[in-house]
Amino acid sequence: MADSLTIPVGGQPADRAGAARRGLSAFRPDLRRLLPWLLPVSVLLGWQISASFGVVSTRFMPAPLDVARAGWRAAETGELWTNLWVSFLRALTGFLIGGGIGLAFGLSNGLSRLSESLTDTTLQMVRNVPHLSLIPLVILWFGIDEGAKLFLVALGVFFPIYANTLHGIRSVDPQLIEMGRVYGMDRATLFWRVVLPGALPSIFVGLRYGLGIMWLTLIVAETISANSGLGYMAMQAREFMLVDVVVLAIVIYAALGKVADSLTRALERTCLAWNPAYRKT
Amino acid sequence: MTASALSFREPAVADRTPAAPETAQPAARRGVAVTLRRLAKSFDGGEPVLRGLDLHIPVGQFVAIVGRSGCGKSTLLRLILGLEAPSEGVVALNGDDRQPDGGTRRIMFQEPRLLPWARVLDNVAVGLGRDGSRARRRERAATVLGEVGLAAKAGNWPATLSGGQRQRVALARALVSRPALLALDEPLGALDALTRIEMQAMIERLWQDQRFTAILVTHDVSEAVALADRILVMEDGGISLDVTVDAPRPRRRGDPDLAALEGRILDQLLDARP
Repeated sequence: MADSLTIPVGGQPADRAGAARRGLSAFRPDLRRLLPWLLPVSVLLGWQISASFGVVSTRFMPAPLDVARAGWRAAETGELWTNLWVSFLRALTGFLIGGGIGLAFGLSNGLSRLSESLTDTTLQMVRNVPHLSLIPLVILWFGIDEGAKLFLVALGVFFPIYANTLHGIRSVDPQLIEMGRVYGMDRATLFWRVVLPGALPSIFVGLRYGLGIMWLTLIVAETISANSGLGYMAMQAREFMLVDVVVLAIVIYAALGKVADSLTRALERTCLAWNPAYRKT
Repeated sequence: MTASALSFREPAVADRTPAAPETAQPAARRGVAVTLRRLAKSFDGGEPVLRGLDLHIPVGQFVAIVGRSGCGKSTLLRLILGLEAPSEGVVALNGDDRQPDGGTRRIMFQEPRLLPWARVLDNVAVGLGRDGSRARRRERAATVLGEVGLAAKAGNWPATLSGGQRQRVALARALVSRPALLALDEPLGALDALTRIEMQAMIERLWQDQRFTAILVTHDVSEAVALADRILVMEDGGISLDVTVDAPRPRRRGDPDLAALEGRILDQLLDARP
């Protein structure tokens, strides 16, 4: 504590200075925690006030309270939960498929030269195609069924996970691998104890990129062609000029993204506790 | 000290060279004798790194190999450990050139090479491979960790240790399987002077307790003189000087006889300038 370092020089002034500083530092932990929320809360407040006084037309930008009310209504009818669940399932399924394949290719190409020479060039070429540009083609192939959305999400998630897994395995310290060999580890032990833990920080980077792309792709896919889900809810609302519902959908997307990010952070802190860069401060 | 370090014979040291009987600790392995016959190594058909080397290291001897960079000393170490196959010639352990293994030969590298994602105790247990149950391995690892004075750090991550502490964990990992041969590839090169002296004393003590055969590759002639029974100077893929050091242990730093020996070896190394 900085307080204990304050040397009283004697007399009132030093004591008073110490007391003042103590008062500030007593506040500090709470202040610190609240500080990040200062800006968003003031923006919301300003938004609400300007909407209430008619500075901004609520036809185009509903007040925060209206959005909250729309959320309440949608929650009451159950419409919100159905759509949320549908979108969540799509995101999860697509992510698991794409991420799983990406991880598998990343591992096999990182561990085997043969596998790498067979597939890496092809994958790098396909990577340069923006996956959302495939939407017309995907609609032709799958219609506007679940298949189309899963395919796009999986494709989008695949590359960041693949590239980062591959990079992670490549960058495992060769000295540690040599140590493992010298100490008699067989291939499986070497993989589980040295290679995979060494690649994990990089795999997590891929995971976070993948999650971002997952939401982005899902929103676009659902907005363009769907008959359920959050994006569909937003598009329906636009048809009927329900701006509050449109904004509600956007806010929910943002919240979901934040939740996914927090979950990954928590996972990183657990799995990478050994790494000073990830340790909880 | 009046007698020359080279002729000084102390029973404690002299007894070690032939195999002294050991009664305690049935699990403990004894050292191993290493014999090299006409050992040669070249990489990809290039200039040979080792040229027909003959060497016999008796059981339990502490040998230091000094030489300039690129003289082949690290390659020699790797051949003795079985990490590389010789181009010609034979490496025999206790007269057997089939080299049976499994924890009998261990190496300590210049870097600690600890797994950053494993706790200190588990890092030491790496040295045991898959011998016995996990609980037994951890128990054994904890004992050896105590021997290097780090029992309190068993649950720490390696990232929280100092450089010297990490190298001690690496030493514990090398010794936990009670190896018959410990190869030390400049293990103290990256440590500060005081830590280095402490580590040398620790290595010496553990070697005296466990009686493994030790081969130390080093740039530091004073380190070789402080620790070794025998010093080999390598030059150009062969051994140019083979000195026995009979000074009693523990050796006192700054001893004039040892200093003279150090000077002689340094002269040999400097004369070898190409």
